[in-house]
Amino acid sequence: MKKTYSVEVDCPNCAAKMEEAVKNTKGVKDASLSFMTLKLRVEFEDGADVDAVMKEAYANCKKVEDDCEIIF
Amino acid sequence: MNSKQKKVLYRIIISAVLVVVVSVLDAVLPVNIWVLAVLYLIPYFVIGYDILKKAFKGILKRQVFDENFLMAVATVGALALGDFREGVAVMLFYQIGELFQSCAVGKSRKNIAALMDIRPDYANIIEDGQLVKVDPDEVETGTVIVVNPGEKVPIDGQIIEGSTSLNTSALTGESVPRDAVCGDEVISGCINLTGTIKIRTTKEFGDSTVSKILDLVENSSLKKSRSENFITRFAKYYTPAVCYSALALALLPPVVNMLMGNPAAWQTWIVRALTFLVISCPCALVISVPLSFFGGIGCASTNGILVKGSNYLEALADTKYIVFDKTGTLTKGVFEVNGIYPENNFSEEELLYYAAYAESGSSHPISISLKNAYGSQLDLERVSDIEEIAGHGVAALVDGKKVCAGNLKLMKRQGIQVITEHDEGTAVYVSVNQVYAGCITISDVVKPTSKEAIAGLKQSGIRTVMLTGDTAKTAARVADEIGIDEVRSELLPADKVSEVERLLSVKGKKEKLAFVGDGINDAPVLSRADIGIAMGALGSDAAIEAADVVLMDDDPAKIALAMRISMKTLRIVRENIVFALAVKLVCLVLGAIGIANMWVAIFADVGVMVIAVLNATRALKLTRS
Repeated sequence: MKKTYSVEVDCPNCAAKMEEAVKNTKGVKDASLSFMTLKLRVEFEDGADVDAVMKEAYANCKKVEDDCEIIF
Repeated sequence: MNSKQKKVLYRIIISAVLVVVVSVLDAVLPVNIWVLAVLYLIPYFVIGYDILKKAFKGILKRQVFDENFLMAVATVGALALGDFREGVAVMLFYQIGELFQSCAVGKSRKNIAALMDIRPDYANIIEDGQLVKVDPDEVETGTVIVVNPGEKVPIDGQIIEGSTSLNTSALTGESVPRDAVCGDEVISGCINLTGTIKIRTTKEFGDSTVSKILDLVENSSLKKSRSENFITRFAKYYTPAVCYSALALALLPPVVNMLMGNPAAWQTWIVRALTFLVISCPCALVISVPLSFFGGIGCASTNGILVKGSNYLEALADTKYIVFDKTGTLTKGVFEVNGIYPENNFSEEELLYYAAYAESGSSHPISISLKNAYGSQLDLERVSDIEEIAGHGVAALVDGKKVCAGNLKLMKRQGIQVITEHDEGTAVYVSVNQVYAGCITISDVVKPTSKEAIAGLKQSGIRTVMLTGDTAKTAARVADEIGIDEVRSELLPADKVSEVERLLSVKGKKEKLAFVGDGINDAPVLSRADIGIAMGALGSDAAIEAADVVLMDDDPAKIALAMRISMKTLRIVRENIVFALAVKLVCLVLGAIGIANMWVAIFADVGVMVIAVLNATRALKLTRS
């Protein structure tokens, strides 16, 4: 399953780090973050609990870049 | 500028003024060094407090290798060494650079949004005789909506009342308005120009053209190009590498000096290491590549070319083979009269007149094209005794004269001598009162821009191939007319896939193959090719879905244009990568050996970024070549 979220982040390098952090979250198959459109597309693994995975992904993003938001 | 950017701007102005005031003060009055330090710290905190906070938080979270950390270490280090002005200046210029970048990115975002400003805000429905504005999402299929002049068509549908002309430029890049009358299908995203129309919706908003296009453009930057991935990977190794190099630069030379018995010169080497850190910031690289692609995709969208991802925009530049479907792509896909050859003193008008009347009873595409070519309304009183002769043509009485119109077999059967045989497309031979009147040829016409488009592609060294289900003769005629390199005819849809696969296997590894089709029946080929280009795809969902590049109108010249945009974008990307890396590398070396000072470092960081961003925004504009 794929879902798209809006994100808030100020610098392109931080966006790249957030993308990496989301990718490495358990339950996430793949992720892509576009700094230009401020959109994050997450492909979840089959049977993953989307809300729980996103919470975890958000926490992981906060770890690498404090100044960011994911709207979900 | 948004409020966040304005706040940064005020901070920049305040601290810049303060720095100047303190510098002047320092120059004219003998100020105690400690007082001076405190005075410089005021603008330093005004401009840098958020960076310092972020750097501190980063250290707590063990995320040390980011720009905030680099800036904090470099400026705190400079201040500690007594280079107050340089310390504040680095922070100041860093913020100016960040503000500039944020504005440039915001501007491109806005530009793209403006290009794609086709999202309708409301739909007008009639409720109890009153016009009511509702959210397009709430309109069910089959509802009648009203579109006034100046409004956007919110949902795909069919006109049931009124006529107007529509501006489709936001969708196709075509500036000439399109006329629409009762019964015509209209697509959402067009702007109604002249008359009020009522439309019965045929789709929900979410499935309408406008939603599909917006979705496609907004998500295009999520499919990243190789260059973008390269830069991200590069930055991941680059930042820590530079930090450790800076550390080594600060520690190793003094230690070696001490071991050799020379003075350690700690201060010199620490200053050099800090300079090194400022130079190294990877921002210019990381921002300029996606910004260029984003600009390129935006530029393509304004010209009615939707590119579904940066990766496809990148691949377009490497295209060496372009395979075309014939019907509907290079040709119009509709039959038209393209040759009138009267004989025996008949005029062209007379020949067409008799043929159109004789065929007036039929709805066959050939008859329709004859009627269209004749132009005026047919007066059906003039024709009688129409007799269809299966496999041959028709015979009828027109103005009391016996007219036969059909193929060669019909002429033979009637015992009429045909003077010249014509073999282009379909030929209709006509006789009037048993006298041969001439021949009208009808064929699928080549689009006016096809020849020019193919010539343009061949000039860029691209091999062009045409696939068609038509007969070899028709295929060869079209191929000759437009000058295509290779033709494969009499193919079934499945043969087209295997033909594309054959070409894929012979092409070079780095060469890309694009397939151009009109989206009807060729979805499998579109997805099999490296780049699937669907043409005239407005309203064809299957094509928008299967293709990687969607040409909104059906002009084959847009392919060359798309490639030009692609090449320009890639050139800008390469320029930026090479320029930024080269300047940084040179400055790093100069910084390490002590030639480049903090001011050079600031240029290498902020200056390079500003130049790279300015260069990247060039991708938005199309230069005429």
